[in-house]
Amino acid sequence: MSKSTTFDPKAYWSATLRLLMLTLAIWFVVSFGAGILFRDALDAIQLGGYPLGFWFAQQGSIFVFVGLIFWYAKRMDKIDREHDVHED
Amino acid sequence: MDLKTLTYIVVGLSFALYVGIAIWARAGSTKEFYVAGGGVHPIVNGMATAADWMSAASFISMAGLIAFLGYGGSVYLMGWTGGYVLLAVLLAPYLRKFGKFTVPEFIGDRYYSSAARIVAVICLIFISFTYVAGQMRGVGIVFSRFLEVEIATGLMIGMGLVFFYAVLGGMKGITYTQVAQYCVLIFAYTIPAVFISMQITGNPIPQLGLGGNMGDMAFLNKLDRVVTDLGFAAYTSGDKSMIDVFCITLALMAGTAGLPHVIVRFFTVPKVHDARVSAGWALVFIAILYTTAPAVGAMARYNLHTTVNSSLATGGDVFAPEASLNGADRPAWMQRWEKTGLIRWEDKNGDGRIQYYNEKSKNPEFLAKAEAAGWKGNELGSKGKKGEFDGKVDRDIMVLANPEIAGLPDWVIALVAAGGIAAALSTAAGLLLVISASISHDLLKGVFARNISEKTELMAGRIAAAAAVLVAGYLGYNPPGFVAEVVAFAFGLACASLFPTIVMGIFYKAMNKEGAIAGMLSGLVFTMAYIVYFKGIFIEPMAKNEAANWFMGISPEGIGVVGAIVNVVVALVVSKMTAPCPDHIQHMVEGIRYPRGAGTAQAH
Repeated sequence: MSKSTTFDPKAYWSATLRLLMLTLAIWFVVSFGAGILFRDALDAIQLGGYPLGFWFAQQGSIFVFVGLIFWYAKRMDKIDREHDVHED
Repeated sequence: MDLKTLTYIVVGLSFALYVGIAIWARAGSTKEFYVAGGGVHPIVNGMATAADWMSAASFISMAGLIAFLGYGGSVYLMGWTGGYVLLAVLLAPYLRKFGKFTVPEFIGDRYYSSAARIVAVICLIFISFTYVAGQMRGVGIVFSRFLEVEIATGLMIGMGLVFFYAVLGGMKGITYTQVAQYCVLIFAYTIPAVFISMQITGNPIPQLGLGGNMGDMAFLNKLDRVVTDLGFAAYTSGDKSMIDVFCITLALMAGTAGLPHVIVRFFTVPKVHDARVSAGWALVFIAILYTTAPAVGAMARYNLHTTVNSSLATGGDVFAPEASLNGADRPAWMQRWEKTGLIRWEDKNGDGRIQYYNEKSKNPEFLAKAEAAGWKGNELGSKGKKGEFDGKVDRDIMVLANPEIAGLPDWVIALVAAGGIAAALSTAAGLLLVISASISHDLLKGVFARNISEKTELMAGRIAAAAAVLVAGYLGYNPPGFVAEVVAFAFGLACASLFPTIVMGIFYKAMNKEGAIAGMLSGLVFTMAYIVYFKGIFIEPMAKNEAANWFMGISPEGIGVVGAIVNVVVALVVSKMTAPCPDHIQHMVEGIRYPRGAGTAQAH
């Protein structure tokens, strides 16, 4: 690993962990939150022909997971570059 | 051309494709054999991961499970997709940076201990063999049902094929055949779904069709009414407790992220960045099937009920005698699948008509009406283990007979057969590879015969793969009575043993070998004991498998979550009481955290 003068391992790792916590928070909210814990409340709202809680449990959470991973990968790339630990 | 000939042609063509790819992508070195040379494009890897991950259970059984569980089936949908988020943020990029060949190798190096490596190999072999037995069984079943050959013959053909490309091509051969298998299985899955969605809701996109309208009513409302009219729980509510749904979902997610054959796929991409993106692509390809499955399940359930009771679709009196299907007029697909035992009709009240309803309904008013109508119990089910009538229609029929129920052309049925085989073979090959790698690379090269040359190691890997194929074939032909139960086992064990240990290895520098070994073993033993206690594998169950007896209302399917907590707590306590983790290991862990310098997967 080539350490440049600007490289601060602690700052890099805490930025990574912050993003990680945010990603996992979203992951938790759309599946366990909307699809399980608060499903009954959300089911009162209709999304087309879907009760909203049911939609999150069987469709919505999966769509969010897909977007979430790409978003995470993009943000990580940015953090990697800012701290000069990116590849190539 | 008749259906059988057409099926032979379609399945035969798909096999020719796999064999051709296997010859083109032979492995020449251990690096190609274990990690496909480490240069796989992230999108290609994502597609291979999707085929690797989606097993016979995903393809054949899941939609049927959802059909009969309704909302309760969401645990599989969220559980088997959410794990990829965990993989992308917690495991894949860091293990890729570490840059070795196998999961036990990471655990052995990180915890500076051959003992830890051996414990990880034991976990891996147990998880992978239970899983692969189910896949081989799936191959045999698809062969016997669609091609009308003996299960044993079907198994031999399947084994021969996997043998050919896994032994010859290693990870490289498997990767490219999996890409082809993904294409076959996703076409086979979505085409019937599109047709059925069109027929029922007029919308060709199943994901929208499920939320679409049927006439002037939302399809899901209509389905809720249909199933409650027959005394079942409403489709969109289900009957599992919230804590159980929560724990099963979490156990499946963490279990997914801890499955060795999924993790190793991320060792094959060139860079850390690719490992993250590749997890996203894998989930894109998986999501195409996983968001279609709930539509397939719900619509197949609707079709089945309205076929058997004609008043359900029209809104007439479901108890009217002529509403129930006349047994002699039952459709051809029902008669055909009766031969397989997946569906069976027993005329309990001797009226010559089929009454299909929930005889154990929680609605007393419904039961009173059913009795008044002269219904003497549910008459549609399947053939039980001992040949008796079992009052549950086999869930697999929801996918296997789906094209026939919807009256689709023969080529679609042939495609479903090829898709089922592709799903089972691709997963079996991935599992066999991690088993053989853990034997040749972890046990032989890593612990017991460190001095062997690369050539010998490659040969050992091939022999181990060949032996694993034979054992898997035997288990598939002669399944120990518990094959159906072991899915919970594989995920529970991965969730309780490998997943927490790897995560702590990356995110908690101070974790030492004593803590990791104690944690892994206690997570493993606790989870295994709980499942055996209720499910009785090898022994009689010691308590009835029902909510009243469960720990905090958590079923054996969800207990891996508690096992993972046990693992972490034990690991933390033991690590505080024993010698701290050496400095050079803590240094190595820091190195894993920064992407630069990943290079390609390293040989020793």
